[in-house]
Amino acid sequence: MVAVLRPKPGPPRSYHFPNFHDEVLPSGVRLVTAPVSKLPVVTVLVIVDAGSAHDPAGKEGVAALTAGGLLEGGEELDGAAIAERFEQLGTSVESGADWDSAFVKITTLSDRLEEATLLLGETVSSPAFPEREVERLRAERLAEILQLETEPRGLADEKFTEFLYAAESRYSRPDEGSTESVTALSRQDVVDFYRTRYRTGSTTVVIAGDISRESARQLIGKAFQKWPSGKPSSQRLITSARTTRRSVHIVDKADAPQSELRVGHVGLPRKHPSFFPALVMNAILGGLFGSRINLNLREVHGYTYGASSYFDWRRGPGPFVVSTAVQSEVTAPALREIFLEIDRIRGDRVSDSELSLARDYLEGVFPIRYETTAAIASALATLVIHDLPADYYDSYRKNIRAVSADEVLEAARSQLHPDQLQTIIVGDARLVRDPIAELQAGDIQVHSA
Amino acid sequence: MRIPVETFRLDNGLLVTLSEDHTAPIVAVNLWYHVGSANERIGRTGFAHLFEHMLFQGSAHVGSNEHFELIQRAGGTLNGSTWLERTNYFETVPSNELALALWLEADRMGELLPAMTQEKLDTQRDVVKNERRWAVDNQPYGTMLEKLQELVFPSTHPFQHSLIGSMEDLSAASLDDVAQFFATYYTPDNAVLSIAGDFDASDARQLVADYFGDIPAGSGKPPLPPMNLPPVFGQSLREVVYDNVSLPRLFMTFRSPVFGSEQYYAASVAGAILGLRKGSRLQRSLVRDRQIAADAGAFTFDLAKGTDLLVVDVTARPEIPVPQLEEEVEREIDRFYREGVTATEVKRAVALIETDLVTSLQSAGERADRLSMFATFFNRPELINEQSDRYRAVTMDRVNELISERFGENNRASLLYVPREGVESEGILAAAAGTA
Repeated sequence: MVAVLRPKPGPPRSYHFPNFHDEVLPSGVRLVTAPVSKLPVVTVLVIVDAGSAHDPAGKEGVAALTAGGLLEGGEELDGAAIAERFEQLGTSVESGADWDSAFVKITTLSDRLEEATLLLGETVSSPAFPEREVERLRAERLAEILQLETEPRGLADEKFTEFLYAAESRYSRPDEGSTESVTALSRQDVVDFYRTRYRTGSTTVVIAGDISRESARQLIGKAFQKWPSGKPSSQRLITSARTTRRSVHIVDKADAPQSELRVGHVGLPRKHPSFFPALVMNAILGGLFGSRINLNLREVHGYTYGASSYFDWRRGPGPFVVSTAVQSEVTAPALREIFLEIDRIRGDRVSDSELSLARDYLEGVFPIRYETTAAIASALATLVIHDLPADYYDSYRKNIRAVSADEVLEAARSQLHPDQLQTIIVGDARLVRDPIAELQAGDIQVHSA
Repeated sequence: MRIPVETFRLDNGLLVTLSEDHTAPIVAVNLWYHVGSANERIGRTGFAHLFEHMLFQGSAHVGSNEHFELIQRAGGTLNGSTWLERTNYFETVPSNELALALWLEADRMGELLPAMTQEKLDTQRDVVKNERRWAVDNQPYGTMLEKLQELVFPSTHPFQHSLIGSMEDLSAASLDDVAQFFATYYTPDNAVLSIAGDFDASDARQLVADYFGDIPAGSGKPPLPPMNLPPVFGQSLREVVYDNVSLPRLFMTFRSPVFGSEQYYAASVAGAILGLRKGSRLQRSLVRDRQIAADAGAFTFDLAKGTDLLVVDVTARPEIPVPQLEEEVEREIDRFYREGVTATEVKRAVALIETDLVTSLQSAGERADRLSMFATFFNRPELINEQSDRYRAVTMDRVNELISERFGENNRASLLYVPREGVESEGILAAAAGTA
């Protein structure tokens, strides 16, 4: 009936990551423009070196609160009026902070770009941070933290990083702050953080979409002419591990139908010579649907709906983590399989078939990742945040292709540390504790949720 | 802005839509089967979705899990999803791999059954049970969809039962069920195939004819029971769920005009005025001004038969008592019902929706999915190009007519989640004080 023979691929058509221009405007703001004229859409992404890693000790969450407050009132308009103005233009605007940067982003139809961008520049150049709105954002963050108590996935992620990093590391606490730190934050903390970190020398505007380089230069020059000048100082980030011994933490949830599992250790920073080998190694271990960990836990054993592993790429060494949720009864056998897979990929070379699957996937999927102006802008922001070379995207596929089985093995042996694995389980301690003790995965501590 | 749309039908009934775009060397293949949880028989809730999992377990010339492997090896992305009225399967691949994606879809449409085994069914049953535990049972508010379906649809209605299914029904599913479901619903005349992106139309026509042309048409599917419902519930419905959640959350639901109808667009705009983004009424009033809500929004299910549902979704701030949450939401809806909306509000909503429509069409996969949707529901894939106009045609008067028809007290169903722990400790306190 259906043709028996599998079709062969045709000749590939070439693809290039969109050309972009990188320059510093007279004001000192850096501008990266990628003209892409597929549809009448433009994304403007402002990134500031004001991420959560810059939170002063005891003020965890101030970076996120500051970024959130940027749109809550300016010299002339209050927060409600700002939202109304943007939305009348059909533009939604969002702001926030992750570990390595603060951002403000709009995606708009081209014919409204100028008005929306001028509004954006005006708003974020002179935020008033009204007391009432800062208080509200703080209360909303506290509500979010409270929600985590009953949300096993988010709770597992948070507990994992807490037990992974030394207490004095900023990475050991939630990027948006804890109940204690957020409760203690004031409007003045926000104002101080903004004054210190939001400067021309720490700001890049990325524009991707239906616009020329010249128009972008004029528009951004005008919109950000009032941006405060100067360059904030850099800070030393502590990223040491809490312990180098294996240990197990059970966050007890009586009668939980599943155990949320996180297994891992401190990984490596984004800018690292082993980046490409580690990326390919992880794709084979747990990055793809057809990875060892997913096929083992899901398709062989039916323990889970899905299991994956990843390096959380940050400027500092973010976590390496295996993440899954399994039926409570099989928590210990599932963990055993995870440990085995980590040992196995460090033991022998991966097969040619596994290596080609990972490389072909990462190479082939590359153009599919950059279909939208938002995705292109975000890729360009990554270049800026991690100070990657301008030809990074042009050489990406070549770099993937060059990774050998020996390098994958080397990456597994040097970057995965079975003797340091931290295991976090959000689940029913009564049910899972004894079987886990038999795995000898380290000392077990049980915590209440 | 218009995207090109070409349509043809094979002799076996397969409807095919094509939309070329050569800006990047990628192509999306998308199949909608016109079957969803609504088509399940009694005692087999969750089967349409379990069946979707089985479609990745191989077919006559494709090994178990090989579908995933071949597409990823080609540098493509893929998945499937199940909804009340349809099941879709989709791949986005480098454009020189179009034939592979089409061949894989054709092999499982034509010859799935030779690859089905009891062992594969048992494993996928476990996977789906774990999906249920993960997404429904062990997730705050995770039971919302099935509780809401149960509350707002009459017991005999095809939309009334759970999409993910009960553990009991999942356990009961057999290989015979797989064979029967396949023969009844996975036929070319019950499917739409869409291709969007970088391809040559005449090549694509040839490939589709070669791979799908010989698959026999089905012998028809059993008709669904009557789906039509009156425009309003005729009363206020209410259910309280005491659950393992941190904050009270109210899902207030209205019967709403079916997807694609003239009135649907007015309802969609009404929903956007209420709950789309920060400038919407609920965000502005309940989150920003009165600060009783941690979050607020509104959405439609986009059901094309029977009735659509418009849902207002408000999560309380921690210090707000449950009755106050309900009262304040009701007051907002009462005001909406009494006073209607302004032209400025309509303009804001339409502008936002229009931007979303255009930006979503940047992705080949999204284009293909929407083409399949309009072809499946209305036999008119070219409706993809009429959406902006439809929304722009919505006037304040249209929205206000819709509001007076649908937002009265006789058309509200409240599904209210209340933290179980709070209730227990209140009970304990009351007992200690001697008032219980």
